[in-house]
Amino acid sequence: MKTRYSYGGDEHIFVEMDEEMSLDAFFKSLAMNNAAREANIEGVREICPANASFQVRYDPEVIAPDAMMAKLKELEKKAENAEKRLETRIIEVPVFYQDPWTHDCVMRFRERHQDPSGTDLDYAARINGYDSVESFIEAHHSAPWFVSMVGFVSGLPFLYQLVERDKQIEVPKYLKPRTDTPKQTVGYGGCFSCIYSVRGAGGYQMFGITPLTIFDADQKVSYLKDFMVFFKPGDIVKWKPIDRAEYDRILKAVEDGTYQPRIAKVTFDLEEFNGDMEGTNAKLMEALNDV
Amino acid sequence: MTFEVVKPGLLTTIQDLGRPGYFHLGIPEGGAMDRAAMRIANMLVGNPEDAAGLEAVFIGPELTFNDDTLVAVCGAEMPILVDGEARDGWSSFMVKAGQTLKFGFLKTGARIYIAFAGGIDTPPALGSRATYPIGALGGFEGRALAAGDVVPVGAATSNAKERTLDKSLLAELPKPAELRVLPGLYWHRLTEASQDQFFADEWKVAPEADRMGYRFRGGNPMEFVEREQPFGAGSDPSNIVDGCYSYGSIQVPGGTEPIVLHRDAVSGGGYFTIGAIISADMDLIGQLQPNTPVRFVRVDMDKALTARQERKDRLQKIRKSLS
Repeated sequence: MKTRYSYGGDEHIFVEMDEEMSLDAFFKSLAMNNAAREANIEGVREICPANASFQVRYDPEVIAPDAMMAKLKELEKKAENAEKRLETRIIEVPVFYQDPWTHDCVMRFRERHQDPSGTDLDYAARINGYDSVESFIEAHHSAPWFVSMVGFVSGLPFLYQLVERDKQIEVPKYLKPRTDTPKQTVGYGGCFSCIYSVRGAGGYQMFGITPLTIFDADQKVSYLKDFMVFFKPGDIVKWKPIDRAEYDRILKAVEDGTYQPRIAKVTFDLEEFNGDMEGTNAKLMEALNDV
Repeated sequence: MTFEVVKPGLLTTIQDLGRPGYFHLGIPEGGAMDRAAMRIANMLVGNPEDAAGLEAVFIGPELTFNDDTLVAVCGAEMPILVDGEARDGWSSFMVKAGQTLKFGFLKTGARIYIAFAGGIDTPPALGSRATYPIGALGGFEGRALAAGDVVPVGAATSNAKERTLDKSLLAELPKPAELRVLPGLYWHRLTEASQDQFFADEWKVAPEADRMGYRFRGGNPMEFVEREQPFGAGSDPSNIVDGCYSYGSIQVPGGTEPIVLHRDAVSGGGYFTIGAIISADMDLIGQLQPNTPVRFVRVDMDKALTARQERKDRLQKIRKSLS
């Protein structure tokens, strides 16, 4: 990993931990992000973490760009020694794979896709070496995922698959981004899964849809009363495949304000995970059994 | 106090100076694209500069007032009519209860800003009344104005009186339009020849130009320094591992059409960026019509900071002249 610093105009500094994605890069970015927050540097207006990078927005009248840059570089040493361990939560997210709404959208934007002859799932299964869509879907939901970034629009989570790199699913983004994506679509681009928090443009492949509202500006949804955005970086997600009947039931319960997502407190330790991925994942998922 | 929307125009939204602090969750700062025009409109009606007003793009709205209201219109040049009688831009004037404010065809610029003494008084969301339609947040029920909407206006300050701006205090704009760029971010992904070409080319504002981003076309396709794509980025040379975006940053999907992210920017994504428009030139983007020829001009940090200071000084002079 080689850290790269750059100005983004006269108000931002962008820091990239690594060109490629890894949990090591994520944890270092998180540590630097936290160190920058704790340092309470005068003139800092916002700090935004991403998958393997982060960005500081500052007021150059309060702190000069070179002084801001020097402060961030100082924090890097501190971040290198930070513990790669998180007190976090695992959340079960129901997914209706191959649902009619994303399927309709898949077909509407076929000419923007690498392979117009099939569906996004057909294509993703084939290029990742699965013999059927069913076995591909199983690979998508059998291991847990790590929320490595929240952003793009309105609380959209990017999720990183907690398996060995050679087992990680990778797909390209659409050749030309779509102008429409159904709200709560479960998508995929590069090595990241995502949930589209709102309806809108998008370039990720579409696999299914979740009945869970994950962004609500009016905060009417029972589990979004504290804040309108559901996910935070560091959350762990377990997809749960559901059918149409279950989808309809959960959707109605969310609307009625009676739905409570299954959530359990867990600790995620990167070294422990790297040492024993299957064992760590089993432990993470077991925590949901007590909910 | 209220006014009623008779016709909304093309896309008219409530805006102020935005809601910083939530970009890390994908909720952009938002607010008026042309900040200076919004600030000056508020100064003209005696409001705090961060009061909420209207931003209308290309076509002005038609509004009927239920109460006597001091109003100012700044930004793009568009004939202003109160019950059919012309009024001046960059000055404040009374609109009486029962009268209608409407607009003629756009002459220059792209967006007008309408301030109302007392400011628009819809409920703030996350500290701002700015409309963010993608997240259905802020503004009037989280959306652009529609016919029949009755919009509340707060109480005017004791400083609400008719004033006119001395327009010689406004910045003179170069023609063709110039947008100054501080290269950086993923600039190193382009070959040196391609870097030079970007600044040599004449670009034009594309029809896809909105509050989220302004797209440009007409320049040469970009050439990338060869590399093996990093894990997780995606296979196109313009793909990166999804990272954060700066306001004003210039992303170029596929290396063809640059998109400058503006006030309603997406907070991150998987396309490389080649630097950012300097803060002093962000307002100008909000006044560019589709098809406007534009040149990107390379500057360093010193020049960016000087331009920032000049913009600040100019606003301070205007503030003094109107106080």
